[in-house]
Amino acid sequence: MSMTQQATPAVDTPPAPGPKQSDGRTRQRPPALRLLARPEVGVFLGAVAVLVFFLFAAPPVRDGSSMANILYQSSTIGIMALPVALLMIGGEFDLSAGVAVITSALTASMLSYQLTMNVWVGVIVALLVSLAIGAFNGWLLVKTGLPSFLVTLGTFLILQGVNLAVTKLVTGNVATDDISDMDGFSQAQKLFASTFTVGGVNVKITVVWWLVFAALATWVLLRTKYGNWIFAVGGNKHSARAVGVPVTFTKISLFMLVGFGAWFVGMHQLFSFNTVQSGEGVGQELIYIAAAVIGGCLLTGGYGSAIGPVFGAFMFGMVQQGIVYAGWNPDWFKAFLGVMLLGAVLINLWVQRTATRR
Amino acid sequence: MDRSSHPRSRRFAPVVAVAAAAALTLAGCSSSSGGKKSEEGAANASAGKATTPRMTVALVTHQAPGDTFWDTVRKGAEAAAAKDNIKLVYSADPNAGNQANLVQNAIDQKVDGIAVTLAKPDALKGVIGKAEKSGIPVVGLNSGLSDWKKLNLLEFFGQDESVAGEAFGKKLNEVGAKKVLCVMQEQGNVGLTQRCDGVAKTFEGKVDPQNVNGTDMPSVKSTITAKLKQDPSIDYVVTLGAPFALTAVQSVSDAGSKAKIATFDLNKDLIKSIKAGDIQFAVDQQPYLQGYLAVDGLWLYKNNGNYSGGGEQPVLTGPAFVDKSNVDKIGEFAAKGTR
Repeated sequence: MSMTQQATPAVDTPPAPGPKQSDGRTRQRPPALRLLARPEVGVFLGAVAVLVFFLFAAPPVRDGSSMANILYQSSTIGIMALPVALLMIGGEFDLSAGVAVITSALTASMLSYQLTMNVWVGVIVALLVSLAIGAFNGWLLVKTGLPSFLVTLGTFLILQGVNLAVTKLVTGNVATDDISDMDGFSQAQKLFASTFTVGGVNVKITVVWWLVFAALATWVLLRTKYGNWIFAVGGNKHSARAVGVPVTFTKISLFMLVGFGAWFVGMHQLFSFNTVQSGEGVGQELIYIAAAVIGGCLLTGGYGSAIGPVFGAFMFGMVQQGIVYAGWNPDWFKAFLGVMLLGAVLINLWVQRTATRR
Repeated sequence: MDRSSHPRSRRFAPVVAVAAAAALTLAGCSSSSGGKKSEEGAANASAGKATTPRMTVALVTHQAPGDTFWDTVRKGAEAAAAKDNIKLVYSADPNAGNQANLVQNAIDQKVDGIAVTLAKPDALKGVIGKAEKSGIPVVGLNSGLSDWKKLNLLEFFGQDESVAGEAFGKKLNEVGAKKVLCVMQEQGNVGLTQRCDGVAKTFEGKVDPQNVNGTDMPSVKSTITAKLKQDPSIDYVVTLGAPFALTAVQSVSDAGSKAKIATFDLNKDLIKSIKAGDIQFAVDQQPYLQGYLAVDGLWLYKNNGNYSGGGEQPVLTGPAFVDKSNVDKIGEFAAKGTR
């Protein structure tokens, strides 16, 4: 548990103002304040605030199926926000994450269709391609020492162009062909894009995967050696290397983890919509990064959690759909979105500051 | 940590990948249905070939990357170029300033004709004047119906978005719609706004516009679902692009709504949905025709001095309706990606 708090040491705080007996150096702060200082608490309160706000402002939100819809939107952002957050804790970020989702979906779709293969072949090859893209990002970054902004901006542009050009070259169109009548489709759809019913409400399977991945990421971050490495390389690469953390391995594997996320979301899009348009995905990378940052991950690395981005993504989905449920004038859509997100982040920031005030 | 294991595993990764792919192929993973094999060998339309001297035409549009609509425009232009012995130079940029630079680029190449879309006419005014000064004929297509004459273009091929919207609105009256959701995939796009406004002008019920994030399909799906939940009185969902209509089908079922769906523009998957009755009708501005006529118009002008539309009137390519009654006939062309 101690690793999440390394940027804001909960112990060893100087004396708090007000009446006190000891000199304060060894005093524990009250448990409530220590809880508030955790990276995910601010965003949790922000998410609750947004939820409560829309429960009042938009009556349809109170309905179970509306909540399922909001959670679905959040999950497609959230599944990607998790690896993006881990990467960010590891001190890097990935601008190619948005189009990489589409690259993966295009690969799976075109490969199965053009070779008339069982769609699982495409799914597996797409996974390899996605991991390879991540590995390439990580390798180039480690080898050259260039900032991740530059490396992944390059990959972003490459993938954007390749998505379009290869799709056009292979299919003769800019969208892929419909694969819904091919072998293995219904199985894959069950895994990546099915719906199940809970108490009369249709819930999308991505919501379950999102929470499973979040639990897994939290466990890795807080309970494994690898989790420690992530914090260490994000905090200070050189001292991490000095104490024996495999920096190269950690960074490359984190980029590959983003590749895995891109593959998963890409498969969801493919099996949910049957065809993929090659121009999609642009701009999504910023939403993933935003969800991670709102979720309490620092852009400078070394600090954050896996559960924070879950609330970050939820907040994004809640605001985006809440505006629609409230029936507000759609011309203001993006402005509302921006204002609410900034508001939520400010709550987040205020909670953090209050909790860690000396 | 065991550092030695890591470079080794990396060296092995491609080997494993290739082996896995090969194993899968050998294991008989071919699909017994669908796929490329079931696709009919559809040949492109061809109607002979001109023997007139080779000429070069530049087609400069404001296409955003990966848009199915523009792909069809380009295919039409390519078909005309192949037939007319023309070398077609295609370029596109959604940013108006960049599009102007592309036109300048075409002038510098000393092409024999330029076909251009006028999504932002003011930005292109200067460079079109330059082209005319250097004696290159310029025709307009798709966008710029109200501006092509002011810019002294030779001729114009396209659909009046407002007229298309108005026709759409009348059709909605015919089918008895009461309240319509107009889904805009790109906030602030002039042509899309004109479509929704056109619908509102002739439609006797109420039109609710809704912006969605067009580059993220799951988000489009959720937003339409949310809107249908918020307003259960909506009985028709109108989308302004074919892929969004297909997504709207899922949203309607997710929301448990009884709303029907109609759309602007076509693609081959949409044809299936019209046949299946999931989507009621589509209005088609025939993008293939726009690309084709623009290039062919320049050829006619160069070789025979012709003006389509007499240089006074635009040549309208839409609105043509596609519904259950004529979908079979159009379907075979759409399967080739040319309608």
